[in-house]
Amino acid sequence: MFAIYKKEIAGFFSSLTAYIVMISFLLILGLFLWVFPDTNILDFGFANLDSLFFYAPWVFIFLIPAVTMRMFSEELRTGTIELLLTRPIREMHLVLGKYFAAVSLVLFTLIPTVIYYITIYDLGAPKGNIDSGATLGSFIGLFFLGAAFCSVGVFASSLTTNQIAAFILALFLCFITYNGFDSLSRLPLIEGRFDLFIQNIGINQHYQNISKGVIDLRDILYFISFSALFNLSTKFILESRKWK
Amino acid sequence: MSVIVSHLTKIYDEQKAVDHISFEVKPGEVLGFLGPNGAGKSTTMKMITCFIPQTSGHIKVCGADTITQSDEVKKKIGYLPESNPLYYDMYVREYLAFIANLHPHINNKKQRIAEMIAATGLEREKTKKIGALSKGYKQRVGLAQAMLHDPEVLLFDEPTSGLDPNQIVEIRQLIKNLSKEKTIILSTHIMQEVKALCNRVIIINKGKLVADDDIQSLQQRSKQQHVTHVTFKEHIESDALLQIKNVERVESSNKLEWRIYSSLSIQEAVFRFAVEKNKTIISLHQESLDLEEVFRNLTQP
Repeated sequence: MFAIYKKEIAGFFSSLTAYIVMISFLLILGLFLWVFPDTNILDFGFANLDSLFFYAPWVFIFLIPAVTMRMFSEELRTGTIELLLTRPIREMHLVLGKYFAAVSLVLFTLIPTVIYYITIYDLGAPKGNIDSGATLGSFIGLFFLGAAFCSVGVFASSLTTNQIAAFILALFLCFITYNGFDSLSRLPLIEGRFDLFIQNIGINQHYQNISKGVIDLRDILYFISFSALFNLSTKFILESRKWK
Repeated sequence: MSVIVSHLTKIYDEQKAVDHISFEVKPGEVLGFLGPNGAGKSTTMKMITCFIPQTSGHIKVCGADTITQSDEVKKKIGYLPESNPLYYDMYVREYLAFIANLHPHINNKKQRIAEMIAATGLEREKTKKIGALSKGYKQRVGLAQAMLHDPEVLLFDEPTSGLDPNQIVEIRQLIKNLSKEKTIILSTHIMQEVKALCNRVIIINKGKLVADDDIQSLQQRSKQQHVTHVTFKEHIESDALLQIKNVERVESSNKLEWRIYSSLSIQEAVFRFAVEKNKTIISLHQESLDLEEVFRNLTQP
């Protein structure tokens, strides 16, 4: 597993992928946070990072599928998957190696945003007037959300040899799991009956919970099982060649 | 036995890709695995390398079963797949290091990689990106990755397809060097390659085994049919030639050079025929069918 992980990470940093992802993530959120008139903190006047944590999942919805789209589709298209699976490793190792590589990239992307936290901490009046607990919670939530998107992206990539198709599919699945269930629960048919249940299937509900600074085991378990479910599905897709 | 394949069958949907194939490969043997495109060569190779499971039958590699002991088998097998897939954006040495990391049991990886680079003649290319190499060098990288973990059995799926004549000779030489210590299964449809490299030949057609023999006896087997090349000084009509005893069929493009197919050796008869008819023979020789024709006879639809 570690060999695969290492190769993917080296691939990110030897191509431009990692740098483009990190820079565009920082740039887009920086613009929202400091420059764009409706969302910037300076006009808003409150010392918090809410707009960052509101927009970051949407940026991830586009960026993470772009990172993961080639992970399996390329191996399937060029036939290198045959090289890997005729070596003494298991399908699950392959999936996890790629998944953790993508998760690491999410982590690397998140780390520089700590600068935004430090800046606001400094700008607060009085200095340090920011809800650090909630901000830390939000960072943790965002990381889990990114990890969940990674598992979706890797899964979509294993379904097709076409990278564009993998990208669109991952984007669609991320959108549905993040926002779709939330919106669905507001349908008149569902509202007031089982809307809470539908909301809890989606990612957003759990992301919001963690963002409040309350780290609930149930939310953590949700994110872990979400990733596990998609990683297992990817493994089954890889093994499906054996059932033909 | 290095590889034992018994009653191997693979069925895709309704189609039998491989149909009850059985054969064995002795240690140190170089086996030519022949067949027209789509005969089931690659499918068989994929089953031997544990990439896909068979529908029925068994494969044992160095005593380990490909289904129940696949990790054991994978350690003992080196595989160069058809069309030689590689990561074009990796450097040669980086790629070999990656492959070495997939094999936890390799000791002293650095030294092993250096050995492989030397053995496949990649010394000057080792710091280049794989995508920038010529096809022949890519093929060498493919061979290097197949041999990296020092496997006992090597499977090469059409190792020289798409190479230029010089590269073909080089790759063949590499394989020949390897054959001194390894068991090799080599799939190809180039007959000279089989003659140059293999001790034994298996021919499959439409998933079925149609021949399993060493090269000499395979050629011998088709000796029932003889081809005699005769060149006359004067024009000869085919009717006249057909009257010679045992002649089955004659071919010529210019009525001077004739190919005479017969069931028995007819050199003497042709000579007497010429003397009788007062014709002059410029050249006369008999050839046995070459492998290419054996292959065609066995696999024609």
